[in-house]
Amino acid sequence: MNKKVDVHHVTRIEGHGNILVNVQSGVIEQVEWQVPEAPRFFEAMVRGRSWADLQTIVSRICGICSISHSLACIKGIESAMRIPVSEQTDKLRLLAHYSEQVQSHVLHVGYLVAPDMLGAKSVIPLVQTHFDVVKTVIQLHRMANSWSDLLTGRTTHPITFKPGGFSKIPSETELRGLRAMLSEAVPDLTSLVDVLVSLAGLLPDFERETEYVALVQPDRYTFYEGSIGSTDMAEATPLTEFESVVNEYVSPQSTAKWARWHRDSYAVGALARYNLNSAYLKPLAKDIARMFDLETRRHNPYFNTLAQVVECAHIVESALELIDELLTAGLRQEIPQVEPQAGEGVGCVEAPRGILFHRYVFDDQGRCTSANMSIPTNQNHGNIQRDMEALLPQIVDRSEEEIRLWLEMLVRAYDPCISCSTHYLHVKFV
Amino acid sequence: MNKPKVAIFDFAGCEGCQLQIVNMEEEILDLISIVRLVEWREGMSEQSEEYDVAIIEGSITRPQDEEKVRQIRERAKTLVALGACATDGGVNKIKNRFDLQEVKQLVYGADSALPHLDSAPTKAVDEVVQVDYKIYGCPIDRREFAHVVRSLVMGKRPEIPNYPVCVECKRKENVCRYEYHEICLGPITRAGCDARCPSFGTWCFGCRGSVDEPNVQAAREVMERYGKKVEDLEDRMLLFSNKQEARG
Ligand code: SF4
Ligand code: SF4
Repeated sequence: MNKKVDVHHVTRIEGHGNILVNVQSGVIEQVEWQVPEAPRFFEAMVRGRSWADLQTIVSRICGICSISHSLACIKGIESAMRIPVSEQTDKLRLLAHYSEQVQSHVLHVGYLVAPDMLGAKSVIPLVQTHFDVVKTVIQLHRMANSWSDLLTGRTTHPITFKPGGFSKIPSETELRGLRAMLSEAVPDLTSLVDVLVSLAGLLPDFERETEYVALVQPDRYTFYEGSIGSTDMAEATPLTEFESVVNEYVSPQSTAKWARWHRDSYAVGALARYNLNSAYLKPLAKDIARMFDLETRRHNPYFNTLAQVVECAHIVESALELIDELLTAGLRQEIPQVEPQAGEGVGCVEAPRGILFHRYVFDDQGRCTSANMSIPTNQNHGNIQRDMEALLPQIVDRSEEEIRLWLEMLVRAYDPCISCSTHYLHVKFV
Repeated sequence: MNKPKVAIFDFAGCEGCQLQIVNMEEEILDLISIVRLVEWREGMSEQSEEYDVAIIEGSITRPQDEEKVRQIRERAKTLVALGACATDGGVNKIKNRFDLQEVKQLVYGADSALPHLDSAPTKAVDEVVQVDYKIYGCPIDRREFAHVVRSLVMGKRPEIPNYPVCVECKRKENVCRYEYHEICLGPITRAGCDARCPSFGTWCFGCRGSVDEPNVQAAREVMERYGKKVEDLEDRMLLFSNKQEARG
């Protein structure tokens, strides 16, 4: 039997991507993950711009990861110009960075993946059929949004981040309010976990041994600093060598660049972070990982979604501790000090979808002369393709409908954010 | 009442504006009760053929996308541009300052000649088709979005401010950013954000685009009073107020 799947613009993902499948008399002729999103050329656009305006521009690479892009940029500037950063600034930034992970993970799990698991085409019919679940998701998402609002000035495209510090910090009273809001979110989180535990069995049972890459630090599950870890390597690699990790290349299937390191491809994101750092998860997060049986599913890409839920718990637990530390020390008003100077610097953080690298070079006026960025979704594209090649033979006897769903769900599991990489999703059976 | 059919489309952008729609949380459920959402790639997998209101996010940067926008225009009774990328070209227009071949070469190297990496100068949506309404900002303001959709459903003209951010700063009693030796685009930028950036301790970088007839003389006077150069202002205007044509 011949099968053609042509998903032109896969829906419920950030950006545009296509899946193309062609099976002739049971033989797979073609299976392709394509990324046709319009390229946006940020690396070229920032040339000539002042250090002071850079964060404002590059945050627009991606609406969902704007806090991560801003932080990577600011860290790059700070390292290039040797700008000192206080402990308070680092803590407040980490707190803001956490809010983005939760915003993004809840959006992905609740609005984009849940419809697949509950057999709906979008979250809208779920309002009728699964009102409680939708309500919980909305509450968590709103919580994460107001958390970002408080620290960065708005939910998307942070305003307060400056090289050297903040243009405005929250008051201690506001931090206490945030603390209360986070504690109240824990029951919502656990009720969402209960629903997902009951649905986890519906996730495809598919494994492929993969190289996972994420930030690592000796004593914690890190998002904000560290060096580059790989499940294929015992030693970590310094951030300044990131180009030798991503080895970007242009694929004819894609306007986004692809990446490979020790194998044909590698994966980044929540499951990668889990695979490298799970020993340092906080207690509730550890429990949840156990409930999902994540340890035995560590090579199943569909479980990236559940790793995101584990991270939400870990982050809420970590953020509560962080707020206590900030309140105990007391908040000080600090004015960022920058003397523009020539230099080169790398900034790196974990975006919700995986490790993110920025490199900048500045002239002595502090104008950017060149930039290079490696974005998590791009690092995952090659791995999505390899997963599809491994998965399709296992499900080729199923109906077109089922093949389509499994492939779409696979792409969604990676939580691709293609506006970053440039844009994409649409499955095509040709 | 027949609920108007609404569709949302995205072109080159960061999807931050669509995200603000999602971020309305419960309120989006209210809105959905007064309209029929027939197409939205990011949020649902259904698709439709005609729309009472088509909302477009993102800039137009490729010939094939111009064609798509024309099709959407033909099928839509009312067309709304959503966010700076769509209303003015947004940050994507910075690209137009450079030679396009060189830009592609820089990002893709030797592979830049591959046909799928094609890109044309960035256009705002109204540089391709007629736009009926604009929702400004990068990203858009959720309340303004709700206001525009509700107005359209009721057949009324949405009210969008056409005075500068400075007015909102005065109302909020913010200290002027020029007092901190900063270059702020507030004097020429369209209000409606409640002077968000100055209220968070920093300059306005003009994400809502300029008011219809900016008072250039007043802006000049501010610059003089604080000993700043017009070039500094223009340098910052390159972020969101690129009007220049492409060189590529
Ligand atoms: S206007 Fe700003 S927030 Fe909206 S899509 Fe464009 S870059 Fe993103
Ligand atoms: S103050 Fe200016 S840059 Fe900030 S949100 Fe308002 S218009 Fe945009």
